Amino acid sequence: MIVDIQNLRKTYKGGFEALKGVNLGIEEGEILALLGPNGAGKTTLISTICGITNPSAGTVHVGGHDVVGDYRAARAMIGLVPQEINLEPFNKVIDVVTYSRGLFGKPRNPAKIEEILKQLSLWDKRNARVMELSGGMKRRVLIAKALSHEPKVLFLDEPTAGVDVELRKDMWDVVAQLKAQGVTIILTTHYIEEAEAIADRVGVINGGALLLVEEKAALMARLGQKTLIVELQETLTEVPEGLAAYDLELVQGGQGLRYTYDTRGEGTGITRLLRDVAEVGLTMKDLQTKQSSLEEIFVGLVSEGTA
Amino acid sequence: MNWTAVWAIYASEMVRFFRTIAQSFISPVISTSLYFVVFGAAIGSRIDQVEGVSYGAFIVPGLIMLSVMTQALSNASFGIYFPKFIGTIYELLSAPISFLEIVLGYVGAAATKALFIGVVILVTASLFVDVPIAHPGAMVLFLVLTCLSFSLFGFIIGIWAGNFEQLQLIPLLVVTPLVFLGGSFYSISMLPPIWQKITLFNPVVYLISGFRWSFFGTADVPIGLSLLAIGGFTALCLGAIWWIFKTGWRIRS
Repeated sequence: MIVDIQNLRKTYKGGFEALKGVNLGIEEGEILALLGPNGAGKTTLISTICGITNPSAGTVHVGGHDVVGDYRAARAMIGLVPQEINLEPFNKVIDVVTYSRGLFGKPRNPAKIEEILKQLSLWDKRNARVMELSGGMKRRVLIAKALSHEPKVLFLDEPTAGVDVELRKDMWDVVAQLKAQGVTIILTTHYIEEAEAIADRVGVINGGALLLVEEKAALMARLGQKTLIVELQETLTEVPEGLAAYDLELVQGGQGLRYTYDTRGEGTGITRLLRDVAEVGLTMKDLQTKQSSLEEIFVGLVSEGTA
Repeated sequence: MNWTAVWAIYASEMVRFFRTIAQSFISPVISTSLYFVVFGAAIGSRIDQVEGVSYGAFIVPGLIMLSVMTQALSNASFGIYFPKFIGTIYELLSAPISFLEIVLGYVGAAATKALFIGVVILVTASLFVDVPIAHPGAMVLFLVLTCLSFSLFGFIIGIWAGNFEQLQLIPLLVVTPLVFLGGSFYSISMLPPIWQKITLFNPVVYLISGFRWSFFGTADVPIGLSLLAIGGFTALCLGAIWWIFKTGWRIRS
């Protein structure tokens, strides 16, 4: 585990509890997407790991180093791309990026800076002043700064907020390249699409609490699932033996049977089920089907969290 | 100690200074020349001598102190306020550096700039008048300590300031009046008796008096008091910086 967060709490001066005991382990080399609405605590979580705010309680270790007690070793491993475009406007791109490397205590390495700028398609703009760049280019400069000291862990705080579709795709390519280089990436987003496109695991955060962390594949499997509810004339107390093979659930006070199936499978099994329902002597009143999307899972989790 | 980071901060601050070298260099030269025209030629011709020194030469130490103090203050306060204002402070906070390294970088650069301007003024002034330096060692010590302490003070103001008005407030409302009333252009002995007493509450009097002593060997207040004042002020600023470091005041929530 390259990042280990234990019971992390952050209460701001006014009494606002931004993080309510977050536990999270991040494996080396993975891409973790943190999904959550505005004000969920995503940025506070990142800020606390990166040293911008002090934790109120709990611990964070990065590469085995405590981010408070052993902050030099911990922070040297971390690159941070902030949400806001915060850049020195009058300086040249190459100077801004070189400065970041120095600030992190790394010896000068023009070849490395060149490599990073080329990777981010900034090399042609290296002598341009930051204020002359477009918004998308500025965001690349932020990434270049974060990569300048060759971090093992990269935090991207809403890297594609307010970015056009094309640039967003470029950004995802860059993230994929970094992953190939072995960099662990944690990104926050409120675009579900983004989490789907690039993450290995997805975490959902709201109200300062981590509601779920799951493999994207598992989440997608839930996503691909549909439910069929067979409403019956009869009221059942248990699932009839003849239908045991379908893994059904009794719903609506015994007047309904819920069947969950995978739309991506070869056959859904619906035809057989309906035939078998008739065979055990049940009478259908109505049918309903429902598909849960990640959006729905997300909204469901988030509203549960606030309730 | 992360010296690479200290150097990175120091160098990038100095780059900003050298990018505006024309302003940085020419403006003190012009203002010094103006002071000489106004005070030296117009008024000085009627004053003749102060404590055995020509008035033109007499105002040189005060003139240097005036510029050094205001420059150190504005450079250091702006230096650390600017990253707060544009948001790049996040990088300083997330870098593997301590507050001490941040202070060394910013204060070191501001003090260097102030020292540079002090030297430029001294050289410009010596083109107009003959400036003897009785105690060169003490002169350098006072100059460096003033650059350093006022840069530290400026850094504290920059950390404290929440907007540009606050950034200007203390330099304009407190420091500039104290410097002007601190005997930059006159000797305390020229004041009415009651003001001679009151002016002793102005800490800047001790700094200018000590600096002037290093040039001409005469002073308004004993040289020991001047040393104590500059040493005390430096210590006070260092104490405040240490407290900010410990509490993360206005920097890290």
